Amino acid sequence: MMTTETIGTATVDVDAEGFFVHPEQWNEAMVPDLAHREGMGVLSDRHWQVIRFMRREFDDNGTGPTVRALSKSSDIPIKELYQLFPKGPAKVAARIAGIPKPRGCI
Amino acid sequence: MATQVVEERTADKPKTIEKVSIVISKGSLEGIYPGLIMANGARAEGIEANLFFTFFGLDAINKKRQDHIKVATVGNPGLHLATWLGGFPGVSSAMTHYMEHKIESLDFPSIPEFLEMIADTGARLFGCKASVDLFGLSREDFIPQVEDIITVGEFYSMAGGGEIIFT
Repeated sequence: MMTTETIGTATVDVDAEGFFVHPEQWNEAMVPDLAHREGMGVLSDRHWQVIRFMRREFDDNGTGPTVRALSKSSDIPIKELYQLFPKGPAKVAARIAGIPKPRGCI
Repeated sequence: MATQVVEERTADKPKTIEKVSIVISKGSLEGIYPGLIMANGARAEGIEANLFFTFFGLDAINKKRQDHIKVATVGNPGLHLATWLGGFPGVSSAMTHYMEHKIESLDFPSIPEFLEMIADTGARLFGCKASVDLFGLSREDFIPQVEDIITVGEFYSMAGGGEIIFT
């Protein structure tokens, strides 16, 4: 199921779980608004680091990393990732970074 | 009108799981990994997760034993290995070695590493009091990530309002 959401002045397509269907519709200016929709306040540098990292991984590999892969390749400990994104680091950061839901079991 | 639209939209959506409590009761490699994967996966989805280790499942959190978890090669039809062969000395070790190699090649964590990681995700780890008493173990036998040794009653009150998965 695909729906559209309005972010600022842009209209974007998202799936039933709120992930971008077309990552090219995303830009960094949308991040604060997207974070707000996740119930998050002002983002710290560390949050930004994770979001940009997710985006870069997606651009390079066509898919976002799981939490373990994210921690291993970004060097941010798993504990901290969950402090930054309590509702699921890979999942929430992927939604804010405008990329599809990372697939992977571990 | 607006409220109605919101209600209709939420009615369409399948209910989400908010909390899972996973029981690990077996001490084999194939008995332990699935519960760990489910707990870790739950946390990745933002779901609250509790792990309860009981009976031979306690080996997973036992400091002396968690490094030596083996694949069951006897009475395990899924392996497609004759039972008489599975009982031969060294077969279980060889099969375990093979599985561990495969697990590592997929970059999956070992059981001790996985437990540490799961604790870091914020999942809570518990041992079952009845089993701890049965095996004559104590708090000191377990990895530090284990929060407490609890009774079945305490497990149920902790699991309240969520799903329970038994493995």
